[in-house]
Amino acid sequence: MGYDPANPMADRITDIGPPHYSKFHPPVVAKNKGKWLWHEITQPGVLVHKAESGDECWTVRVGAARLISTELIYEMCDIADAHCDGFLRFTTRNNVEFMVDDKAKVQPLLDDLASRGNKFPVGGTGAGVTNIVHTQGWVHCHTPATDASGVVKAVMDELFDYFTSMKLPAQVRIALACCLNMCGAVHASDIAILGVHRKPPMIDHSRITGVCELPLAISACPLGAVKPAKATVDGKEIKTVKVNNERCMFCGNCYTMCPAMPLADPDGDGIAILVGGKVSNARSAPKFSKLVIPFLPNTPPRWPETVAAVKNILETYAGDAKKYERIGEWAERIGWEKFFEKCNIPFTIKSVDDYRLAYDTWRTTTQFKYTNAIK
Amino acid sequence: MAKHDTPLLDELEKGPWPSFVTDIKRQAEKNPDCWDILGQVELSYKDKITHWKHGGIVGVFGYGGGIVGRYSDVPAQFPGVEHFHTVRVNQPASKYYSTENLRALMALWDKHGSGMTNMHGSTGDIILLGCRTEALEPFFYDLTHEMGQDLGGSGSNLRTPANCLGQSRCEWACYDTEEACHHLTMHYQDEIHRPAFPYKFKFKFSGCANDCVAALARSDFAVIGTWRDNIRIDQAAVKEYIAGNIASNGGAHSGKDWGAFDIQKEVINLCPTECMWMEGDELKIDDSECTRCMHCINVMPRALRPGAEQGASICMGAKAPILDGAQFATLIIPFIKVSADNEFENVIEIIENVWDWWMEVGKNRERVGETMQRVGLPTFIKVMGLDPIPQHVKEPRSNPYVFWDEEEVEGGFERDVDEFRARHAA
Ligand code: HEM
Ligand code: HEM
Ligand code: HEM
Ligand code: SF4
Ligand code: SF4
Ligand code: SF4
Ligand code: SF4
Repeated sequence: MGYDPANPMADRITDIGPPHYSKFHPPVVAKNKGKWLWHEITQPGVLVHKAESGDECWTVRVGAARLISTELIYEMCDIADAHCDGFLRFTTRNNVEFMVDDKAKVQPLLDDLASRGNKFPVGGTGAGVTNIVHTQGWVHCHTPATDASGVVKAVMDELFDYFTSMKLPAQVRIALACCLNMCGAVHASDIAILGVHRKPPMIDHSRITGVCELPLAISACPLGAVKPAKATVDGKEIKTVKVNNERCMFCGNCYTMCPAMPLADPDGDGIAILVGGKVSNARSAPKFSKLVIPFLPNTPPRWPETVAAVKNILETYAGDAKKYERIGEWAERIGWEKFFEKCNIPFTIKSVDDYRLAYDTWRTTTQFKYTNAIK
Repeated sequence: MAKHDTPLLDELEKGPWPSFVTDIKRQAEKNPDCWDILGQVELSYKDKITHWKHGGIVGVFGYGGGIVGRYSDVPAQFPGVEHFHTVRVNQPASKYYSTENLRALMALWDKHGSGMTNMHGSTGDIILLGCRTEALEPFFYDLTHEMGQDLGGSGSNLRTPANCLGQSRCEWACYDTEEACHHLTMHYQDEIHRPAFPYKFKFKFSGCANDCVAALARSDFAVIGTWRDNIRIDQAAVKEYIAGNIASNGGAHSGKDWGAFDIQKEVINLCPTECMWMEGDELKIDDSECTRCMHCINVMPRALRPGAEQGASICMGAKAPILDGAQFATLIIPFIKVSADNEFENVIEIIENVWDWWMEVGKNRERVGETMQRVGLPTFIKVMGLDPIPQHVKEPRSNPYVFWDEEEVEGGFERDVDEFRARHAA
């Protein structure tokens, strides 16, 4: 028995939702849920949680690419079967966690992971860099301005030492989104790598009537840059749109609504770097990431400019910030003008906001610091 | 045998971080279609541009969400990825798995799809990457019949809700995020699978203000655990921290020598509300001044715990920048009990209140945060049937452009200009 194309609605089951999570809790978790007392990171990538009952849950966290195969997942299952009573979990940042209920089981698990080459690096805890959350990029999306998996791999290779250690002032969350849709929530990360377009959309007049609702394409533009227009295709006048290039800020939203308005381009596209966002409410309020480098070129396969820029910001911060200070808190304490000076990043007009509510970001005080920007 | 030369991608097999290229090659030994993933991505690396076509609507019967259509623009070169649809499978709360479940799901994916996955998408779903159109229905049939598992959401609907692992393994969770997430996911199956909204709507559940699932930044409806009474202090453990017998911040800083733990510098001085002090060797907190930011608890997890009267804050309207700029969620309900005992009925009531209104006034592709912006927070507060309180704002307005209703002003708005002119010549 199985799906019958001749009778597609037969025995249809719908709307059953996900399986109940309690089926998948490791026994020590099931037993102590809601009764945990404290936790400690005993070494990078290894956590212990202590319960009121005296039970301990030891977690070994490993990094993984986000794009992974069923073969690799079977291998993870083998590890969980051998060490963890057949349970494992994934974290929000695409790490994998193996849990055991006894300290004595930790070392054999670590040895097993280490024996498998570089497939399962242990780390991603505490005051270090954990896994980069990212989007699809050239592997699977239709709007990207850059790749995702490849840039992340190149950056993580370079920052690997910060994944396996905890020597930073605080945790550093890096994220990548391959276009301004920002599926990857880069808008609130310590360091955000963002794919950006720099050329306005082209218009495929010969296809537009077939594939687009013109009013939707026109209303999609947050800047009103898309206007109705006429064009001649094969001697016939058709209704189409035109783009006022001066108003376009290359968000790609029109393309999302209208496939006949592509804007991707090998030279136009690349990467912007944003800095200083955070989600947690600890100490200071959540913050948006701020644009500090407006453009770096796409240079596959290893994106050396982007890798260097990220590493430079991370290490400047590491050398200068106080214990517990997140990158955004550090930048605000020293002042953004000092951030640019210390990181040796040229300040350009592109970092001065000219979008809506921009005024909130202009300096309306005579309090400032002298840096090399003042000649 | 490799079907395509991939000199550029091969560079990404070097280095210590796990390589997705090596992994796809391994999968390709079993499923030769995966060579075409590599082939097409290699072409993108050469051309510096994506080779996926825009959209293409596909799905399973009766569902408006759960599958994202995708086609190659170079199918003749790479027939294995001609159809390469994304299947979103609803993840179990907190993303714990038994190997039994995970193996069966992967076997299903090997049978019907490419064998490549994103574990997981940033919303939380299990994302299975690359399925031909004709395999979608058979996959769905087997998923529901053999696994008892269902698709998640995509499109203008309720997106698959997600939660931090909460009480299952975190001592700080102030309510059961897993149960809340699971219960509401089940309660709203129809809204997840059949789009009826102006645009996407996301629920996220975090157990405390550390907000490990980024609810405040990324969900239209964020439920973030907090407490109402006093931080619980174990003074004996405080002394242990001061004596250096317990590592601060759960050992998170052990990679560098930051010097001996200094409670004044690391806890008291960093408290944003300056509501902590030492009296002799006892730590004191003026809890009425505390904003429950979690810093002190993060630094001394063995000495400090959230209070016992627990619940959550509800914040609404976060979104990424498209269209009108990014927004964090706005605090709407400062404190509410979140409990499975009443089947989350008080939370559901709030959700439905927002939806009824947003489905009416929200424009096409307008996230609820944008609708809130458009009508203004005062209107939204009224819509929610709430009393305005200072907690709704960071600061009161600084412009004086207040809208008064006619009923609020003595004598109303209608006046007689002739009568006015009789007293004030033009
Ligand atoms: C077909 C290609 C697309 C794929 C594969 C895709 C996939 C995803 C995934 C996996 C997420 C993560 C969800 C999350 O982070 O919460 C996401 C989020 C998001 N997507 Fe897409 N998406 C696509 C197209 C779009 C389009 C066309 C738009 C808008 C025009 C869009 C806007 C967003 C936004 C704004 C978010 C983040 C929302 C937030 O967290 O506030 N995506 N997408
Ligand atoms: C001691 C109190 C104040 C003094 C001496 C003062 C003086 C002045 C002067 C001389 C100007 C003209 C500036 C120019 O033409 O460039 C001005 C403009 C103005 N003042 Fe005041 N002012 C005072 C208080 C206020 C207050 C309390 C407000 C409003 C809350 C206000 C609102 C304005 C506005 C709106 C303008 C026009 C600004 C513009 O053209 O952009 N002033 N004020
Ligand atoms: C909706 C509200 C308001 C509107 C539409 C408005 C409009 C104007 C206009 C058209 C002018 C003349 C500008 C010019 O001569 O070029 C003016 C001047 C002025 N307004 Fe207002 N105004 C408003 C509210 C206020 C308020 C609330 C204050 C102070 C509390 C204020 C203070 C002033 C002052 C001080 C000037 C004279 C500035 C000068 O000497 O150049 N205005 N306003
Ligand atoms: S960020 Fe943009 S390009 Fe990347 S996956 Fe999301 S919609 Fe696609
Ligand atoms: S890319 Fe964005 S700003 Fe430019 S025309 Fe399209 S919608 Fe408007
Ligand atoms: S949000 Fe709070 S309760 Fe949830 S996992 Fe993070 S620290 Fe724990
Ligand atoms: S939770 Fe935050 S505000 Fe409250 S006492 Fe601790 S550090 Fe201060």
